[in-house]
Amino acid sequence: MKQDRILMAHGSGGLMSQQLIEKVFKKSWNNPYLDPMLDGALLDLPPGRVVMSTDSFVISPLFFPGGDIGKLSICGTVNDLLACGARPIFMSTAMIIEEGLALSDLRKIAESMARAAKEAGVALVTGDTKVVEKGSADGIFINTTGIGVISSAVEYRPDRVQAGDKIIVSGNMGDHGLAILALREGLSFATPAQSDCAALFRTGELLKKYGRFVRCMRDPTRGGLATVLNEIAGQANMGIVVREKDIPVSPVVQGACDMLGMDPLFMANEGKMVIFVAAEKAEQILSELRTLDEAKDAAIIGDVRTEPRGMVLIETELRAERILGILEGEHIPRIC
Amino acid sequence: MCLGVPGKIIAVKEKEMATADVNGNYVDISIIMTPQVQVGEFVMIHAGFAMQVMEQEEAEESLRLMLELQKIRESYANENREYFEEQQ
Amino acid sequence: MKTESILKNNNEELLQEIQTENRKLALMEVCGTHTMAIAKSGIRNLLPPNLKLLSGPGCPVCVTSQGDIDSVIELVKETEIILVTFGDMIRVPGSNSSLQEARSQGADVRVAYSPLDGLEIARKNPGREVVFLGIGFETTAPLVGSTIEKARRQIVSNFSVLSLHKLVPPALEVIFSDPDIKVDGLICPGHVSVIIGLEPYRLLAEKYSQPCVITGFENNDILEGIAMLLLQIRKKEALAEIQYRRVVKKEGNPVAQQILQRVFKATGARWRGLGYIPDSGLEIRSEYKRFDAREKFNVAEIEDQPIRGCACGEVLTGKISPHECSFFGRACTPLNPVGPCMVSHEGACAAYYRYSPLKGGKK
Repeated sequence: MKQDRILMAHGSGGLMSQQLIEKVFKKSWNNPYLDPMLDGALLDLPPGRVVMSTDSFVISPLFFPGGDIGKLSICGTVNDLLACGARPIFMSTAMIIEEGLALSDLRKIAESMARAAKEAGVALVTGDTKVVEKGSADGIFINTTGIGVISSAVEYRPDRVQAGDKIIVSGNMGDHGLAILALREGLSFATPAQSDCAALFRTGELLKKYGRFVRCMRDPTRGGLATVLNEIAGQANMGIVVREKDIPVSPVVQGACDMLGMDPLFMANEGKMVIFVAAEKAEQILSELRTLDEAKDAAIIGDVRTEPRGMVLIETELRAERILGILEGEHIPRIC
Repeated sequence: MCLGVPGKIIAVKEKEMATADVNGNYVDISIIMTPQVQVGEFVMIHAGFAMQVMEQEEAEESLRLMLELQKIRESYANENREYFEEQQ
Repeated sequence: MKTESILKNNNEELLQEIQTENRKLALMEVCGTHTMAIAKSGIRNLLPPNLKLLSGPGCPVCVTSQGDIDSVIELVKETEIILVTFGDMIRVPGSNSSLQEARSQGADVRVAYSPLDGLEIARKNPGREVVFLGIGFETTAPLVGSTIEKARRQIVSNFSVLSLHKLVPPALEVIFSDPDIKVDGLICPGHVSVIIGLEPYRLLAEKYSQPCVITGFENNDILEGIAMLLLQIRKKEALAEIQYRRVVKKEGNPVAQQILQRVFKATGARWRGLGYIPDSGLEIRSEYKRFDAREKFNVAEIEDQPIRGCACGEVLTGKISPHECSFFGRACTPLNPVGPCMVSHEGACAAYYRYSPLKGGKK
């Protein structure tokens, strides 16, 4: 009997579970680590300090302009590893699937994950699937955990950030947040904005060349640029000042935000990095970043100061400084 | 609460609705308060309604400024790309 | 002294103009969006210390009385309605709960960008009653009025509006006639004025000898508006002028004004901080009774229960600045707000908390 939807039986561990794994996942993800289909994956790691990162993805809707939950789940964890200075190598995934999800959707998501993983140079080596009753999940929830290795030449940590360091963002802010927001029911506007969902391994490789001149980096996902800057200012116990006019935001995103009363600096990004670099290398790093497609709109947006410690200020159009705080409990849909 | 953005009318539909272009985003709005508005004119939009037709020049000015800024950034990026490629 | 040349100047020149002001003056803005725009721009830090910018009762969320919020919460808790509201209202605290809390307890409360979305929800859910929460001044009321007329035309009988709309000019009268409030000029709300035009301010300017300038929301607009007010004050004038010329016409929007006339009539209303002001609110006319949620659901009027120590009333009338409220930044923060000035995204306290470097550097 042909099924076109996920049923509770697919999660019971029996025949249907096995068929699901064979026909959907193994088919897309085959690699020597996964193929033995053991309870765990036996891995060979190159030398270097091991980094592990995990993230769960609960985005709704599952498919959006510029990507889907599958692509997001790979890129998100890859980027987290890159932000640690690691080369991402292996990934695991755990999926919680809602009863009733179309099999074709699951296939698309699996294939999307395979594509993203291949491009990023990571292997999906082990996984788990569970099925929950209709209504207990939004189609599918995906967790990915990634492992990578850091070379000794790099050390990305907030406490390495020093006064005088420059801050670079690798491109336009707010694209992903807006693309998802526009799909929310009740917002009758169509936006050309696409999610910027991407695995930034080229950016990662490029920055490695600069070794210790790169102090720290982070991807501004939920909460946007403002949140990441505040996190790092707090962890580094330094002050940050950014200039409003230098922060790249596309007119499309700015216009939509103006209309909806939102701020691009708090909107999520899934294909961007915030990078803290030594001042003497900033211009050179920037020029090189801009040769990459994923960072063509990169810009130096500000610098690090000793005061005000732990806080982020923004220099406005009028050249006055005001606080750029963290998003405090605002109503946003699940966006990553 | 008073949030308003300028948008350019790109289509007038039936039943007092229109489509406006806000920096490339297309919004469906009611033009019941600006019934005479024409395609190509700018309106101030608030909560799904056109509130008033805007003075043409001023609206275009602010739009032009924004697009210019974008172009400046793009050309700078291109220059840098070329410079770096030459260096390779 | 520059006259017409002040207009259309760039920001540097306007700032220089403003910074030469050496008299002790207080200008008030009465629009939540102005509060936010001014805070975001950092203008306050650039003004000479003798020039104060006060924030008035221009945030429609902030001035919604606590009792009114309690009525709405009671309505959603005791019926099966779908309540559709603008985003800001969700977190405003009533005497012991909020719409957000009610929602987490199972009430069907939805956020919308436009009242037309509320009508659409009603159309899509013919078996449910849908109530749109009408909050806002003259900017928003005509939109809600137009939606009510559309509902009548299209016979969407499960749609109704709970009107808590208010009018700006009566509140301005209260501000101007209060001997404890010292204001030298008024930065008038840009988008409310798109609807009501210049005339209401002309009357106020005459009656109270107050310069009034209808101002837009870009940095350049705000600077120009302030410069125009300072110029009037220097020339000892008290006129109503339009800075926001690209959108505001002298006559306002007559079509919108007619919608207001047809659908609503003025009624007394309770304003948080200002108390009861006659003819300052909008109630739905009896011809549209079927779309009046107050009638339909017999919405109770609940007494205000003032919160001890909450100084929102004084903040809303510009008598104290947010920093001067003893709860500010301690008992009252955006995450745990005591009063609406902190909850509303556009409240003076929220704006100060988010954007102003705190006095004493505490966070």
